[in-house]
Amino acid sequence: MKLTGAQALIRSLEMEQVEVMFGLPGGAILPVYDPLIDSSIRHILVRHEQGAGHMASGYAHATGRPGVAMVTSGPAATNIVTPLADAYMDSVPMVVVTGQVPFSVIGTDAFQECDTVGITMPITKHNWLITNPQDIPTIVREAFHVATTGRPGPVLIDIPKDVANMTMDWYWPESVDLPGYKPTTKGHPKQIKDAARLICQAQRPVIYAGGGILKARAAEALRAFAELIGAPVVTTLMARGSFPDSHELCLGMPGMHGNYTAITAMQKSDLLIALGSRFDDRVTGKLDGFAPDAKVIHVDIDPAEQGKVRRPDVPIVGDCKIVIEELIKATKSEISKTSKPDLSPWIAQIRQWQKDFPLYYNQEEGGLLKPQFVIEKLREAAPDDTILASGVGQHQMWASQHWKFEHPYTWVNSGGLGTMGYSVPAAIGAKVGRPDRMVWAVDGDGCFQMTAQELVTATAEKIPVKIAILNNAYLGMVRQWQELFYEERYSEVYLSPDLPDYVKWAEAMGCVGMRVEDAGDVETTIEKANEINDRPVVIDFRTDYREKVYPMVAAGTSNDSVILDPAMTERAGR
Amino acid sequence: MSVNPRHHILSVLVENKPGVLTRVAALFSRRGFNIVSLAVGPTEEDRFSRMTIVVDADESPLEQIVKQLNKLIPVIKIGEIAHDEGVERELMLITLKATSDVRGQVTELTAIFDAKIVDVGHEAMTIMVAGEADKLDSFTELVRPFGIVEQQRTGRIAMPKLARQQVKLRAVKTART
Repeated sequence: MKLTGAQALIRSLEMEQVEVMFGLPGGAILPVYDPLIDSSIRHILVRHEQGAGHMASGYAHATGRPGVAMVTSGPAATNIVTPLADAYMDSVPMVVVTGQVPFSVIGTDAFQECDTVGITMPITKHNWLITNPQDIPTIVREAFHVATTGRPGPVLIDIPKDVANMTMDWYWPESVDLPGYKPTTKGHPKQIKDAARLICQAQRPVIYAGGGILKARAAEALRAFAELIGAPVVTTLMARGSFPDSHELCLGMPGMHGNYTAITAMQKSDLLIALGSRFDDRVTGKLDGFAPDAKVIHVDIDPAEQGKVRRPDVPIVGDCKIVIEELIKATKSEISKTSKPDLSPWIAQIRQWQKDFPLYYNQEEGGLLKPQFVIEKLREAAPDDTILASGVGQHQMWASQHWKFEHPYTWVNSGGLGTMGYSVPAAIGAKVGRPDRMVWAVDGDGCFQMTAQELVTATAEKIPVKIAILNNAYLGMVRQWQELFYEERYSEVYLSPDLPDYVKWAEAMGCVGMRVEDAGDVETTIEKANEINDRPVVIDFRTDYREKVYPMVAAGTSNDSVILDPAMTERAGR
Repeated sequence: MSVNPRHHILSVLVENKPGVLTRVAALFSRRGFNIVSLAVGPTEEDRFSRMTIVVDADESPLEQIVKQLNKLIPVIKIGEIAHDEGVERELMLITLKATSDVRGQVTELTAIFDAKIVDVGHEAMTIMVAGEADKLDSFTELVRPFGIVEQQRTGRIAMPKLARQQVKLRAVKTART
């Protein structure tokens, strides 16, 4: 069967069971958009290519399936660079197709030409420039394989316009032949045994669960493992939801804005069991002072993570789910041979920290609206399995701290790259992937202004996401640092609470817009928003600009020096 | 010249595809590593090329660079060839000022170094020297007084020594996996 390159590309995407893609057409990708009309694939027309990328990412987070985006060459390709970098840092499986100027004019500075493959090389797991239409099925097959296996990540396929117009003989490759790509999934038996031995000796173990738990679909295994060994679990920003917050062993988020108990338990631990986590600087604080007494078992599918930051005592390369299951077996057999230390003093110590240093905020009656209060009320009113997206900054930290996550794949955020503007498109992508779920985005006013136009997409495509803007009229996290570390010299950080008018803006985009200024109106407004299912909703919550994110470990300091909310310390009379 | 302990020779087997050199070279600069020399060429199989990369790094960063290189999809295999376990060679072309009065001396040196005169002009000669890197260094020093017009070296290529029992690349020291 003869197909054009464009037809072969769409056909290949269908063969990969792509149901939906996010994109925006343009000159060089025109041939590929033509056969899309006849395809079963749903296409969501975005308003900016960055939106397409983050939607694909949100879709992937929520469903576990690769997100697919398609845009044209040049400026469209550069517009999707940010989502690629974002997905690369957070190991999100994504396949991005970009148009390219005809192969015959590549290198001549043609209209809308840029070296997309060159630009995206360091921020993709791999990328391909198609030079022969006959290669299309093979490359698409390889692209999905690379994106979704091993440590997942974004890939990019660049297709020149003339290649899309040429004809090829259709085929579908039965297998992938990549001699340089063979991810290790099973842990080395000796390492597993060594790990089990350490686990059975530890008196103060902590499970340090990272995003890899979710990527490996290992939440259930993690729970079984934690319960078997009785060790407390910290869930990093990327792992929120991988272990239920209501579980008695759950300590919540560690790191720069983690809670006191999660941070301190790691510091005092004698064994860190790192599962799919990468010792990010936001988790470790000053590296020299991080968990000084802890031995480390590090499970990661990416060998390069072993010893990149902290040298593990027992490195295990493998898929988190498979390795945890192997660890459970090995630990059980080790327990049957030796006696395991009693962890109750350790757990008692942890309970004491939890009691003495809880998360704190104070919503005064008649006082300015506290952002944490809004998040708690959102959580109370939303179903258990609601998906929460966020942007980057103070609101993101408050969301991660105060939202109670009970299920995996209910938290969609930009962790590694810290991409402001992530939440609106990511929430849309998540809702497309899980239309059965309620999807809320907690956003900041700064973030919202970066990508809000995608709500036009949401209205047009009938994707009823809900956005809560915690509007403090500032680039809040920057303000916080300027207040604490730059002698309150507020440089270029004020945004204004009512420029733009968020309610009118929401309405102009076809959404329902509402505003809340008093704490007393929070619940009723959220209820109203939760009842709307036919269009997006935006609530402009006017929050207290003075509120800061605590606890905090200042950049470059050790995790031993956790700064607590001064108001809480005062109150406790410390 | 003694062997620089920070210099490591990596023998990298890669898929022979466009852009592979860029991927490898860019990875080095992106992760902050210095390449001393890099030689690429075809192997016995059309599908593959071999890069011989001399890296300036301590052991621990070397482990990281090898792991990062391994993550590149077209990279198939990486081995480190230790200085005492490999056969290393490099080629140099060097053009010297050599008017008729000194040609005799140059020719003599060329013979001593088992080198070869590959081009002769009225006032200059181009000589090809092959061998281990320090031999090339020595030759350069000895001919420097004549005046070096231009010099070019290929960078080292290396193969593991044929041991009596088994031919093997030394695995790069990495954390056990």
